[in-house]
Amino acid sequence: LDYQHVQVPFEITLWIMLASLAKIGFHLYNKLPSVVPESCLLIFVGLIMGGIIYGLNDKSPPVMDSDIFFLYLLPPIVLDAGYFMPSRPFFENIGTILLYAVVGTIWNVFGIGFSLYGICQVKAFRLQDVSLLHNLLFGSLIAAVDPVAVLAVFEEIHVNEKLHILVFGESLLNDAVTVVLYKLFRSFCEMPAIKSVDVFAGVGKFFVVGLGGVLVGLTFGMTAAFTTRFTKDIRVIEPLFVFLYSYLSYLTAEMFHLSGIMAIVACAMGMKRYVEANISLKSHTTVKYFMKMWSSVSETLIFIFLGVSTIGENHEWNWPYICFTLIFCLIWRALGVLVLTFFVNRFHVNTITSKDQFIIAYGGLRGAICFSLVFLLPDFHRKKLFIAATTVVILFTVFVQGMTIRPLVDLLAVKRKRESAPTVGEQIHIRFLDHLLAGIEDISGHWGQYYWKDKLEYFNSKYLQKILLREYDQPKSSIVLLYEKLERKHAIELAEAGQLGHTPSHPSLLNNDRTVITDKKLEDTLNLDVLENIQEILARNLYRIRRTGPAYNRHTLPGETEPMGRAKEILILRHKGL
Amino acid sequence: LSREDFQRIPELAINPLGDRIINAFFQEGEDQVNFRGFMRILAHFRPIEDNEKSKDQNGPEPLNSRSNKLHFAFRLYDLDKDDKISRDELLQVLRMMVGVNISDEQLGSIADRTIQEADQDGDNAISFAEFVKVMEKVDVEQKMSIRFLH
Repeated sequence: LDYQHVQVPFEITLWIMLASLAKIGFHLYNKLPSVVPESCLLIFVGLIMGGIIYGLNDKSPPVMDSDIFFLYLLPPIVLDAGYFMPSRPFFENIGTILLYAVVGTIWNVFGIGFSLYGICQVKAFRLQDVSLLHNLLFGSLIAAVDPVAVLAVFEEIHVNEKLHILVFGESLLNDAVTVVLYKLFRSFCEMPAIKSVDVFAGVGKFFVVGLGGVLVGLTFGMTAAFTTRFTKDIRVIEPLFVFLYSYLSYLTAEMFHLSGIMAIVACAMGMKRYVEANISLKSHTTVKYFMKMWSSVSETLIFIFLGVSTIGENHEWNWPYICFTLIFCLIWRALGVLVLTFFVNRFHVNTITSKDQFIIAYGGLRGAICFSLVFLLPDFHRKKLFIAATTVVILFTVFVQGMTIRPLVDLLAVKRKRESAPTVGEQIHIRFLDHLLAGIEDISGHWGQYYWKDKLEYFNSKYLQKILLREYDQPKSSIVLLYEKLERKHAIELAEAGQLGHTPSHPSLLNNDRTVITDKKLEDTLNLDVLENIQEILARNLYRIRRTGPAYNRHTLPGETEPMGRAKEILILRHKGL
Repeated sequence: LSREDFQRIPELAINPLGDRIINAFFQEGEDQVNFRGFMRILAHFRPIEDNEKSKDQNGPEPLNSRSNKLHFAFRLYDLDKDDKISRDELLQVLRMMVGVNISDEQLGSIADRTIQEADQDGDNAISFAEFVKVMEKVDVEQKMSIRFLH
């Protein structure tokens, strides 16, 4: 029995297997995922596992190593989030998101830090030795909203797009602030004396970290797009480039002490447009599947480890401190959201209603990032207190807030996501309105979002597309791409449905023009036999399924849920019109 | 203001809908627009206020209501002012927006599909009511609003 030889990979695989089996288990019992979010169940499983290990070995179970978390478990999740981020709402709300992420996080950090320091002054709690700096350090790691937890909870409740993107964008972008403040306070703890120069250096560092991360990400993104321009003959390794470049951007940013999360998000968003135009359809599907799979596994592992690590002797239970931490987290977040929204609503047409504000404040979940950061703290005598407080806050936010947010959303009747098929007509009209608004903004001299968007599009078409796209002679507008995508899906679905053998109910003549065009597009995806079948089926069949789906769902890929709406009517109308 | 004044704005020259937007400012057959006319058009793009006490049911609807905003956009499509967007008019707009490398057949199919998605009374053209229905899921109030002078 040569266990030592295979121990490490064996154990890793066993953990991943446990995580996946747990996931299957939850979904078997249908009612459970709708009441309790998956993250809670996973933590619960982790707690049980931790309890078992503790009971068996009578020592603390393996604590999640911060390196493993930051280097291996976090990047896939953030990459998945960045790649499938709907860029349109993101950029429309970017001002608000940045405001929440930067100013909101700073507000929270200082608020929590100072109020906890105030608590420490009270003699009855025996906490005098926790200095202001320690409190600020603790504040900086506990104040940040965690993208993993937010994603896990919000994707199941389907709130309207704007709200989702606000909370989610904020959780991604506050990484820069968290990193800077955490490192700043930590270095302050070790320095004998603090001069005001250091404080200013800290502020400047924030800009460097944030913008530097974005720049690194964009550089790698553009390089990735450029590389895929030449991969026409080796389609098989195309998906690999997407992952390699993104991971490299993350590691490079971390190497330079810049914000890795922002780098990877910028990389994914930057390269998405060009890479998708260059790589083949199959590679595209591969990329989608792999990303979802990896991020799913990562997230599951994170939550299970979170559960496992809470059992053990790492904690020092000072109840007043812990309770006050929790209370202050909630209060300061609510206050921050209120104040900031007040400012946002004065400058923007898109007002954020008070219901939305409540959900934003309530959705400020803490998660594994805080947990890892607290383990990275230098060893000082109060470290266990911080660990205990962090654990309680995370468990509270994930369990209590995670479980109650769905009933609250229903109760408050928050505007939900609209489920609808992307229609070509809508796309055209939206694009029409974009141009119209850009023109009106030019006339009125107002530098609004359409102005910048127009400028970016212009820059894109003049320079970027020439360098980064392979078939530059055929730049396709997104309207045409959407149309082709819908037609292709339509034809493939009809081909599949045609195997059921529907009798012709409407012997209409096929529109020859349409066949010609669908032929051109289907050539490279289907072979000749299927092509002939499709021609017959298009003439005969009235049965059709239309596909839609939310773009950022963890469990299903974009394009898999199937409402059978007005599809039939449209097809009938179409045949009549021909 | 005359048409040449508008055309001097550089960004408008590269906007695919530039000419149509300019024409929208000028009334039938006139070549000049005064400040009042200019303002009337831009007033369509004022943000909608929730607490408009002056919501007088008997009076005319304010210019920046949702239906008037959509009507403005509709008029830009509908050049011959017959209250319908015909296939040709749609084709023209598509051609302007989509670019030069798409064949006419493809463009025709896209136009056909658009009309068939929207058309409910079977006249092969999009009337204003059908246009409104297509746009019902789009947040027009927020899209077609610019905060001038705040």
